[in-house]
Amino acid sequence: MNSKFAKKYRYLAYLLIAPSIIIVTTFLIYPSAQSLYLSFFRSTPFGNRQIFVGIENFQRLLTSPAYWNSLTRSLVFTAITVFISISSALILAVVTNKKIKGAKIYKSLLIWPFAFSFAFAGIIWGVLLHPNVGIMSYYIKLLTTLDFNWINNGTAAFTLIIIASSWRMLGYNFIFFIAALQNVSPELLEAADIDGASPVTKFWKITFPLISPITFFLLIMNTLQVFFLTFGVVDVLTQGGPARATDIVTYKLFRDAFLSMRTGYASAQSIILFVFVAIITIIQFKYAGEKVFYQ
Amino acid sequence: MKRKKSTTIFIHLFLIISVILVSFPIIYAFMVSTLNINEVYSSPPKLQFGDNMLNNYREAWQRSNMGKLLFNSAFISVVTAVGKIILSVSAAFAFVYFGDFPGKNILFILILITHMLPLPIRIVPTYQLMDNLGWLDTYYALTIPFFASATGVLLFRQFYMTVPESLLEASLIDGITPLRFLWSILIPLSKSNIVALFTIEFIWVWNQYLWPLVTTNSAQVRVVQIGLKMLIPSDAQPEWNVIMAALIIGVIPPLLVYLTLQKSLVEGFAMQQDK
Repeated sequence: MNSKFAKKYRYLAYLLIAPSIIIVTTFLIYPSAQSLYLSFFRSTPFGNRQIFVGIENFQRLLTSPAYWNSLTRSLVFTAITVFISISSALILAVVTNKKIKGAKIYKSLLIWPFAFSFAFAGIIWGVLLHPNVGIMSYYIKLLTTLDFNWINNGTAAFTLIIIASSWRMLGYNFIFFIAALQNVSPELLEAADIDGASPVTKFWKITFPLISPITFFLLIMNTLQVFFLTFGVVDVLTQGGPARATDIVTYKLFRDAFLSMRTGYASAQSIILFVFVAIITIIQFKYAGEKVFYQ
Repeated sequence: MKRKKSTTIFIHLFLIISVILVSFPIIYAFMVSTLNINEVYSSPPKLQFGDNMLNNYREAWQRSNMGKLLFNSAFISVVTAVGKIILSVSAAFAFVYFGDFPGKNILFILILITHMLPLPIRIVPTYQLMDNLGWLDTYYALTIPFFASATGVLLFRQFYMTVPESLLEASLIDGITPLRFLWSILIPLSKSNIVALFTIEFIWVWNQYLWPLVTTNSAQVRVVQIGLKMLIPSDAQPEWNVIMAALIIGVIPPLLVYLTLQKSLVEGFAMQQDK
């Protein structure tokens, strides 16, 4: 817009941005600042008084084996889930992108887990692998004599939430890869065909470099989503157990904040999570600059 | 170049197996929702459809007060998605077409920052804020705090930057106001972006779990996700057939939204990639 119009309608620009800014400051920035403030306090047993304790909450957290357990498990869980869901979505997207009959049907049938919540994904997989009623755990036991009992066994429970979350993320990643692959020019691939390039070479030399921005973007988004949303799976299935094997950071935060009412201690955990998000964001801006985001 | 026939067969085989692996959990959930309780707990577990489907769905509907759950989830999902679209279209329009007004960058960064502040980072104070506002157990808590969207602002901003500015200038000279321009020209042009955002946000809100868990308690505002959790008893044998029936009902709305808007969703994304 030229400067004459821009000046005349300047008030309108502010008016149009105002609603977003009001929501952001009231419900996101102000509460986040308060999380930081609360993290320096401890609430009395009945929650009626706040005592300033400095950095004691952080000291206790970072020297607490239970918290390190949560943190390590969350990071390992997130890394494995993100790796499985992105790599399998990419392979499936590349294969369905070939000119084959029924590609559309295959695509539709691979995306739909995306409509399920983490909690729903958790329930479905929890039943499939249930030690008493699950068809999968039954056949696993029959074929390998392995007892996949996520109710008693920590490793099994941890594996279960990885499977449920990976399944849920697969559809999400698949949508993005399909969209990205539509922009890889078929002529380029045909030219490579004529030069006798193998499918593997074509993938690594042409397709992958072209879709690497979206892959990087998905890596970031998946990390954040899996890290924060798996709460649903854990809450419906394991509630952090057995023996704290699935006590991921968000679940521990929830317990401390809303079941034990330790608001200061929980807020300190919020701040540690913020540090994690900040690191991810810095990596993102460093390597990708400003990209389009989706939740 | 023609592909070998054996390669094509191999590709189909690979895809069929993948589709079965991905879809099996959903089909199995549906199977369980048709069994009676003895069949659910029989050993070996049954991989078949039973004839108790109607009973299970009726039971699930009544026990969870499903009508109310569906209404609540649909209401907050539509309201939040529409709210996000309106706010982000307006803000993106202001950021692209009004030159360099003072504070523009700061305001833009403020909106982007939302990406760094997911709920767990501010859950205790946001909960207290809801309490102070008297918003606990109301639709307000489930919708209004989510109206701002960095995703949306970036999405529309990116798109508007590709629309030639001369289009706006010509309209202004013709005496068309900026808002009229936004409404009659830009919004129709960004239809597939709007639909893509609606799909993503609808499903996102429908599937939200942690926030409704902490801010709602009464059946009046309870959503599908929480209603389903409440069907799982902690101390007794869960009736998985009834729970799966409720789950299938609860996933139909987001699935329908996705299936109806699928085409625009992929287009909305694909267009985005071009830029």
